Amino acid sequence: MFRNNYDNDSVTFSPQGRIFQVEYASEAVKQGSVVVGIVSKTHAVLAAIKRNAEELSSYQKKIIPIDSHYGIALAGLASDARVLSNFMKQQSLASRLTYDRAIPLSEITSRIADRAQTNTQQYGKRPYGVGLLIAGVDAKGPHLFEFQPSGVTQEMVACGIGARSQMARTYLERNLDEFEGASREELVKHALRALKESLSQDKELTIDNTSVGVAGVGENFKLYEGSDIQNWLETTFENREGDAAAEGEGMEVDDS
Amino acid sequence: MNHLPQAWGRPRDDVYGAYDASHLQTSGPQQHTQSPIVTGTSVVAVKFKDGVVIAADNLASYGSLARFTDVKRLRKFNSQVVVGFGGDVSDMQYLDRLLSSLDIRENYSTTETPLNAKNLHTYLSKVMYKRRSDFNPLWNHILVAGLEHENKPFLASVDLLGTTFSSPTLATGFGAHLAQPILRRVVPDEATVESVSREQAVALVKECMKVLFYRDARSLDKYSIAVVTKDGIDLKEDEKLESQSWAFAEGIRGYGTQVN
Amino acid sequence: MASVFSGAPPQGGPGYSFSQTRIATSSGIREHSFYPYTDNGGSTLGVSGADFTILAGDTRSTSGYNINTRYAPKLFKIGGEGPDGTGARIVLSVVGFAADGDALKERLDTIVKMYKYQHGKPMSVAACAQRLSHILYNKRFFPYYVHAILGGLDEEGRGALYSYDPVGSYEREQCRAAGAAASLIMPFLDNQVNFKNQYIPGSGVGHALEQRVPEPLPRKDVEELVKDAFTSAVERHIEVGDGLQMMIITKEGIQETFSELKKD
Repeated sequence: MFRNNYDNDSVTFSPQGRIFQVEYASEAVKQGSVVVGIVSKTHAVLAAIKRNAEELSSYQKKIIPIDSHYGIALAGLASDARVLSNFMKQQSLASRLTYDRAIPLSEITSRIADRAQTNTQQYGKRPYGVGLLIAGVDAKGPHLFEFQPSGVTQEMVACGIGARSQMARTYLERNLDEFEGASREELVKHALRALKESLSQDKELTIDNTSVGVAGVGENFKLYEGSDIQNWLETTFENREGDAAAEGEGMEVDDS
Repeated sequence: MNHLPQAWGRPRDDVYGAYDASHLQTSGPQQHTQSPIVTGTSVVAVKFKDGVVIAADNLASYGSLARFTDVKRLRKFNSQVVVGFGGDVSDMQYLDRLLSSLDIRENYSTTETPLNAKNLHTYLSKVMYKRRSDFNPLWNHILVAGLEHENKPFLASVDLLGTTFSSPTLATGFGAHLAQPILRRVVPDEATVESVSREQAVALVKECMKVLFYRDARSLDKYSIAVVTKDGIDLKEDEKLESQSWAFAEGIRGYGTQVN
Repeated sequence: MASVFSGAPPQGGPGYSFSQTRIATSSGIREHSFYPYTDNGGSTLGVSGADFTILAGDTRSTSGYNINTRYAPKLFKIGGEGPDGTGARIVLSVVGFAADGDALKERLDTIVKMYKYQHGKPMSVAACAQRLSHILYNKRFFPYYVHAILGGLDEEGRGALYSYDPVGSYEREQCRAAGAAASLIMPFLDNQVNFKNQYIPGSGVGHALEQRVPEPLPRKDVEELVKDAFTSAVERHIEVGDGLQMMIITKEGIQETFSELKKD
């Protein structure tokens, strides 16, 4: 049960210089279903797999539009993400009210990073158990930021977090060179393909379990779900029917 | 001299009797500004096709006394905004410090996008409105001149009540009566701004400063003028009014030597 | 602050070598001479139809006899995204003290945005109208010095129009004029929108004369009425003029128009 003696709170280092509570929080991120984000010169895209706890329940929320110019995708504890997203919404509105300025993405990212860091240095606090991808467009163009429970944030060209996200990241790394010049449609397709990579064999992307968020230069952040993403799924995986058919044939051959 | 600063610079009690401190209030209600003390007069500004010209004289008056004759009432904010202050000078200096701290805060933050004129005007209007709502106003009328997004000229005003408005030409105080008609004759609407050159705008503002010096008793012939364009701010703080002449007065009944 | 200028010796420190300095007593409560309001003039009006609502306001802003600017909008889209208010379905018009008007607009806009964020659906006009009343009433001891008119479409798609006094008393109406020229425009609207003092010709004599029954006006007619109301108000009221801003709310969204008024 006890992994060691230094994981009861987030204010005590282990002799190896580690803070286990923070590391455990990062594990919570890996429990969440995968989310992917990519930026091009003109657009920022988020894509996510939604899980439903059971057949009868609704699907969880994975992408949250915060302000008209950006949104977040989450992996990990959804309730912690809600707290963070409320804070971000509040800060974004405040920026528009006091300065009549859409909050820069680097700014909002560093503000949640500061909050997260505080939780790793005060007794009785618990680190956030959620990782975020923050994507959108500000005065300096499209951006994608990654946020981790430790308070570490990084600006990314493409990123995937959550369960089995290593597969998605491998896809993103392989296609890295194509992102910068990619069109809006191409970028969405890359995100969906990356998402598909990290899916287990028996799972498919459907209009029910997939969310896509897009923002662009001169284009507000918009969340696409359900029938709105039908087209993207069809064009991205157009040979899917064929693959299934081929597999089916193979099976039949084996049978006979 | 003793080591008690409170006792310095006042009549010695042993010579003159106990100091009558009745005018010094140490308790009672918190007091707020009820009227301005040392004041600056008009600020005038006009938009032109690439930016904005703004000017204010260098005088700070104490009632009818021309108290300080070298007070700079135009203030740069980063490289694309100039703020012009009319009204109470101490409140101007407070706002100056406030803007300095805002600028430093912005420079230390992660964002590389500086606050533009519109952002700053919005911020100042919130400060002014908050203070009036607390019944503790900052007794100023402020013009914010500069550029907003895509380097569009921006000019707007905010006063001690938090009232805000924007116009191709603006003038505070006496200037609202004397300069604004002159400015509006040249730049009547937003569409005209596109056809006004920098030279025209500067000449227009200088003309206004002259008229104000002629007719505003609380004005000075030394003034500051700033031109804001995308290339930066050209601020001159020691300008002197040129080619003044009361020759025109000859033609005005009551000024010249003629009777009737 | 006051302690800096106090004549008292430092507390707990050595006293002056002179006799005790007297500490002043407060001279009593001084009356505030700062008045936190002003009137920025102008007028607004709203008319609701069968499937639309029109709000209109002139764009002049005044201080006494001065014109501050010829373009200061009094109509605001509520709950929309970005600087253009895209996607908004509600319009607020405010006339009176412009700084309070702007503050009120921003509060309501933020509330409607937060409502959408929290509930995942846009706020209804009726809910927004009641919320606006509460905002005004909560500040009744230091009121927002504005006459507000809120317009949109109700849940059945009919034109909805709500008018307010500065402390939150509100009512749903067919039409309302507010601001400097309200007393000039309102009687005109009573006659032309609600057909007051209009009788059916030949329906009788004296008390038998039948009142013409009001019915929702077509959009074209209302637009003409609004323009007539303002051109007339401009003639007789010095604080009204420069430009006419109109917002027409239909199920397609909000259509905004601007036309010139006399600048004298």
